[in-house]
Amino acid sequence: MSRQRSARSAALGLTVRRIPTASSRGSGPLRRRLVIGVLVLTSLVLISLSFRADGGGPLSGAQSAAASGLRPFAVGFERVAQPFRDVYGWADSLLTARSEAEELRAEVRELRQRAIQSEFALQENVSLRSLLAYVDGPRFPTDFDPVVAEVIGRPGTAFTQAITIAVGTKNGVRANDPVVTADGLVGVVTRATSGTARVQLLTDEEAAASAVDLRTSATGIVRHARGTRETLVLDRVRKQDVVRPGNEIVTAGWRSGALSSLYPKGIPIGRVTSVGQTDTDLYQQIQVDPYVDFGALDAVIVLVPTERS
Amino acid sequence: MSSAAWLRASSVVFVAAMLQVVIVSSLVVAGGAPDLLLVVVVALGLLRGSIPGATLGFAGGLVVDIVTLGTLGVTSLILTLAGFWAGRYAETSGRDRRLAPLVAVGTITILAAAFGYFLYFLLDEEVVAQHALVTALAPAFVLNLVLALPVYSLARRIIGEGDRVEIAPEVEVLAG
Repeated sequence: MSRQRSARSAALGLTVRRIPTASSRGSGPLRRRLVIGVLVLTSLVLISLSFRADGGGPLSGAQSAAASGLRPFAVGFERVAQPFRDVYGWADSLLTARSEAEELRAEVRELRQRAIQSEFALQENVSLRSLLAYVDGPRFPTDFDPVVAEVIGRPGTAFTQAITIAVGTKNGVRANDPVVTADGLVGVVTRATSGTARVQLLTDEEAAASAVDLRTSATGIVRHARGTRETLVLDRVRKQDVVRPGNEIVTAGWRSGALSSLYPKGIPIGRVTSVGQTDTDLYQQIQVDPYVDFGALDAVIVLVPTERS
Repeated sequence: MSSAAWLRASSVVFVAAMLQVVIVSSLVVAGGAPDLLLVVVVALGLLRGSIPGATLGFAGGLVVDIVTLGTLGVTSLILTLAGFWAGRYAETSGRDRRLAPLVAVGTITILAAAFGYFLYFLLDEEVVAQHALVTALAPAFVLNLVLALPVYSLARRIIGEGDRVEIAPEVEVLAG
């Protein structure tokens, strides 16, 4: 009842009564406020506990158990959805097929020449290493056992860049294991339950990988380019270092005492698309087009160190 | 809401949550993906009122947070408020409007994105505002609107429409 109306009714000396509605009978304002209050409070408590636990504690254990319980459903839905995703991917690829074919033909010609040069370099490298008894850190892919995993969950919102995969600790997967596809680097495992694991994609705001230009050996850090979904930048490259468009960027795999990079050296990341620099910036601005299509990940490979397995 | 209706609605939310995580979020068009679960929760809020809307939103969000091994409660909180707001909109003025699903889905998509950005900012997780609120939101807004009416019709067919929950307060004169 509006204020005006009740004032008028009072002035006229009338007695008014609110007509009972379904709401006031079944779900009154008090009940409504109580329910929303409890739900919001529960959400906030869950956020606080989950945030503070950071992968450990009873809540995390409960979440892991629930995730394992839901895993068969996720796998089932994934199997059902796969043909539809294939159709979507096929239709999407038709739009770019012609230009992509041209690019690939040019790339094949270039790679054929480089493969011959690489073969000579490889033979020379092997003989020189044996002469020097050269000691090196873990290398990709020789020092890792691949664990192939189906992708069963993708980022639900634009706020997170992570996927869920259908392997976990029982498959030997642990946090900080690198994740790749045949195309290149995907990201790193940030959390593992017995049957599932969460993989932070390289396109996540908080992800970064030390990287090197394969041709010029210029080093930097590959991270997500701000404002875009699937473009990367090679940051922290000094102005005197040479990086050209078309150059390949791979993981650097550094080691410093007990510390080492999460990623072994030599995992392909992407190709340089543009290089720029300004007088005011300390470093070059290098854009990298990733080899991996982060929007169409169906299966990935987790690299489990051989020494662990 | 009867037990059977709760069961049907819960099943719909569970299927929507799984579909969202497994396939829908990967259907990226022009930089953004639709949010099927949000649209379903809004539709259920419009059909059944604020309490079912909020409760089902909470449950759907929890499923997403569990399956993606994300921070528990974040998606639940966003969808709880989304379902509640949609329910209140239906209870007060929106129920009889033909375009209510479009209005509710459009408005809640924008509000949920803004609130989600704010929430992640509070949690000190790096999110680029331009991407979250422009690049991804604009196509998601359009795609959610495209989904709104079909999802609403389907949800009404499966779950049915609730009792008229609350209309604008009325009074009757008892004595002259």
